[in-house]
Amino acid sequence: MSLLRVENASRHFGSLIAVNGVSLTVEPGELRAVIGPNGAGKTTFFNLISGFFPPTSGRIIFDGKDVTQLPAHKRVAMGMARTFQITEIFPELTVRENLRIPVEVSAGLRLVPWRSRRAEGEVTRRVAELLDMGGLADKADRLVGELPHGDQRATEIMMSLALKPRLLLLDEPTAGMGDQETYDVTRLIRRLHKEQKLTIVLIEHDMRVIFNLADRIMVLAEGAILAEGTPDEIGKDEHVQAAYLGKAA
Amino acid sequence: MNGLNKQAANAAVWLVLLTMPYWMGAVGGYTELACRILVLGLAAMALNFLLGFTGVLSFGHAAYFGLGAYGAAMTLRYLVPSTPLSIVVGVVVGTIAAAIIGAMIVKLRGVYFAMVTIAFGQVFYFITFRWNSVTGGDDGLTGWKRQALKLGFATVDILHNDKAFYYLILVLFAAAVGLMALLLRSPFGRTLIAIRENERRARFLGIPVEQHIWLSFVISCFFASLAGTLYALLNNFTDPRALYWGQSGNFVIMAVLGGMRSFWGPLVGAAIFVVLQDYVSTQTENWMSFVGLFFVLVVMFFPRGVLGILRRKTAS
Repeated sequence: MSLLRVENASRHFGSLIAVNGVSLTVEPGELRAVIGPNGAGKTTFFNLISGFFPPTSGRIIFDGKDVTQLPAHKRVAMGMARTFQITEIFPELTVRENLRIPVEVSAGLRLVPWRSRRAEGEVTRRVAELLDMGGLADKADRLVGELPHGDQRATEIMMSLALKPRLLLLDEPTAGMGDQETYDVTRLIRRLHKEQKLTIVLIEHDMRVIFNLADRIMVLAEGAILAEGTPDEIGKDEHVQAAYLGKAA
Repeated sequence: MNGLNKQAANAAVWLVLLTMPYWMGAVGGYTELACRILVLGLAAMALNFLLGFTGVLSFGHAAYFGLGAYGAAMTLRYLVPSTPLSIVVGVVVGTIAAAIIGAMIVKLRGVYFAMVTIAFGQVFYFITFRWNSVTGGDDGLTGWKRQALKLGFATVDILHNDKAFYYLILVLFAAAVGLMALLLRSPFGRTLIAIRENERRARFLGIPVEQHIWLSFVISCFFASLAGTLYALLNNFTDPRALYWGQSGNFVIMAVLGGMRSFWGPLVGAAIFVVLQDYVSTQTENWMSFVGLFFVLVVMFFPRGVLGILRRKTAS
């Protein structure tokens, strides 16, 4: 059974049609990239999947259940986690505290109004694990807001991972990064995909990243699907080249 | 601040509070002034649970403070001559009102939330103002006094022995503040900090933000109404000004003055406010101008409040 199925999803903002009848099926263990020029509706499409707002029409099926009208936090509880194009973290908290909050939420502790010694041991262990995995152990007690962009991004990805997701949505994980940072984050994503068998859908601008990582690619342009296929097929597609290089091609 | 500094600060606060009635006189104060600091400090700390630790500004906390005050006063005036029962009734009334109103407004944010809390506050203000036959209207509710505590083995005369009353307030204050500290260090407390820091991130970590803001609002108002009951008992009187939006503003001023990011900040802010008010109002009727001026100076030069300065000093 496919993990995520988007059926004919559209989203209108007044007279603007940001996403127009887009369908997508993602199998467990797949790494799917969504690319497209600016304003193609990629982030809006992500917002429909993650429940930022509901689609105007169409359905979102996650893990066999219709989640189209479900609020974001319930989708998270079902195993859907996401990051944002502009890093969303808790800048005035330390890296450790940033990770501790999702670990506690995913352990079902969010309404516990006292300190539980028993739970704390488990939480501390899990946070340490995530710090290691993200290469953040030596910065654990620094405020996230003071760290370089790459470390902030790694923290955000680790926060999502703390939720033990079955589907991870990454919105331009390497946006605004230098070569070294891009390389580090790409390597982290590849490890999550290969070692943890995590299903990932990512939006990306950097073609090197995409052709390095993705099993399949979906291309959006003006809110609709322009092409879909393996990286090789997409690389040769005339429509895609036209969309990226200009109408003249 | 490291752990040791924090413990030293806590010890200092409790030492000051435990001994306050004994040196207040020597520095020109009196026991009732000490009581006012504790009671209004508790109200400001209650507001700050929502403002400083959840990031939600209520400009209508006087409503729940005032409902606590009227709940206690009316219990003693009309129902039973029991101080503990009057406190329980006041707190229950204030908390239920907060639970109902909170449920209606948790979807609002920022200035809209603040405006609507003012509006609901004014509703309660006008009820107490107009309903003369029950609330005493503009003249306030008189004809009652706090009653001696009957503990079974002993009776404590909190009406005539003002030190005894101070320590009763301190016991309740300690219980309330201890509970707040416990909540803030729990996983639930950290979800509130998460909402304050970045609501969108909190939501997409699986926290139902509205539910948690509602809980924080109700908890905050629970403590505010406890402070309100003690305020009425302290004065043996209550009037509609306890619910007026100006009073809500005073709580916000206290929290910001002392430092809303620190646990004890609002208590320090309340102490400064109460002492300044007490002293300046003997010199001029326009005491609020001076408190206001002081407030503006603090906000301009020390945006993190009085305790914010101390914290930076100890950190560097």
